[in-house]
Amino acid sequence: MSKSLWIGTRKGLFALRRDARRRAWTLAGPRFLGHIVHHVVQDPREPRRLAMAAKTGHLGPTVYTSNDRGRSWQEAPTPPAFRKVTADEKPRAVERVFWLTPGHSSEPGVWYAGTSPAGLFRSEDHGAHWAPVAGFNDHPMFSKWAAGLRTPDGELLHSIRVDPRDERHLYLAISMGGVFESTNGGADWTPLNEGVAADFLPDPNAAYGHDPHCLIQHPLQPDRLYQQNHCGSYRIDRPARRWLRIGAAMPKKIGDIGFPIVAHPHDPDTVWVLPMDGSTVWPRTAIDGKPAIYRSRNAGKSWQRLDQGLPRSQAWFTVLRQAMCADEAARLSLYFGTTQGEVWASSNEGDSWRCIARHLPEIYSLSYAS
Amino acid sequence: MHTVRIPSPLRSYTLGAAAVRASGTTISELLADLEGQYPGMRFRMIDEQQRIRPHIRIFINQREVTALSEGLTASDEVHLICALSGG
Repeated sequence: MSKSLWIGTRKGLFALRRDARRRAWTLAGPRFLGHIVHHVVQDPREPRRLAMAAKTGHLGPTVYTSNDRGRSWQEAPTPPAFRKVTADEKPRAVERVFWLTPGHSSEPGVWYAGTSPAGLFRSEDHGAHWAPVAGFNDHPMFSKWAAGLRTPDGELLHSIRVDPRDERHLYLAISMGGVFESTNGGADWTPLNEGVAADFLPDPNAAYGHDPHCLIQHPLQPDRLYQQNHCGSYRIDRPARRWLRIGAAMPKKIGDIGFPIVAHPHDPDTVWVLPMDGSTVWPRTAIDGKPAIYRSRNAGKSWQRLDQGLPRSQAWFTVLRQAMCADEAARLSLYFGTTQGEVWASSNEGDSWRCIARHLPEIYSLSYAS
Repeated sequence: MHTVRIPSPLRSYTLGAAAVRASGTTISELLADLEGQYPGMRFRMIDEQQRIRPHIRIFINQREVTALSEGLTASDEVHLICALSGG
């Protein structure tokens, strides 16, 4: 059995493949050269199936699916699209499909997609035909929750999480808008942002309007969520409604700003972040040009710097929210992809790193596939 | 039937053809015919609110189309243009 890292880039789809008997990675691709590939995700329920969110500079957004582990791809006949608006409504059109999440194990074929501008969509046929989730997109509070505050890449709906215990329990995040929860399959939603800083908002205790960069739910302990936010790193253990700023334990000169956050699939207390420079005008680069991963083994009470093998100076890359992942091995490997087209790997849970690919286009996403 | 000039980003739908034939008395009808022949192509050019996407232009002969309801006469040629710059 080989394992793959799917690499979504600003200029196409790539993959790194490693046979179990060999240490070397082989780069495959490009496929869809010139296409903007935001996300490629394997379906854990049927590992031969994949879905990919893509567009080109000229053309509208779409989704491609594969049922043969990426050997061939088919375009969705009905990509995510908002409903036709009435005459007195502001028109909404999907500009990019940004995020893909496979549905619950009890719902084979179900996928969710998040878009820019913010929209939630659902497919029930493995990603071929998509429909808007009206409970969110037409929620009476939608225009407040998704007020059109754009990141440089637009307003983004991302981090759609399906509770492994209950297919009707969903979370999602909007940059900018905050984290939201549904307990009825998406029919209704409530904000879940208490305790999260939003130092760019006039109301420090705002119920929504926050900027979560990445939200994860632990598969073995689904009441535990971690969040890397524009304003820090957080943890919450439900049914609590207040987030705890675990980034407060990071070194002050490093801070707790970044994009991705990754949890150990077998240990809910182990989590990794990749701090970025969030000072002054927000360079969003490795701090002081010295990239480092930080790992916590105690759910964010303390952090350890991990930079062995990484550049010691003058490395100014950014790692985007979908561009860091872990595999599922007992002693797992970690990977991240940079905006400068490098893929870095650690086979010892972050203790040391080596570059396994370089000279790729700007990396938007990295995902592990068995 | 009208000749429709296809830009390179859309030729994956036309199996590489730079020009195809399609029928219609309006641009809207012509796009519907194209969609029937080349499924998925229309949505890449026209969004769900029936607006021409920002980096797409449609010309009837030398004249740019501003509304999908614009009419076509028998001899008209339609040009689909992709307009984008940058790296």
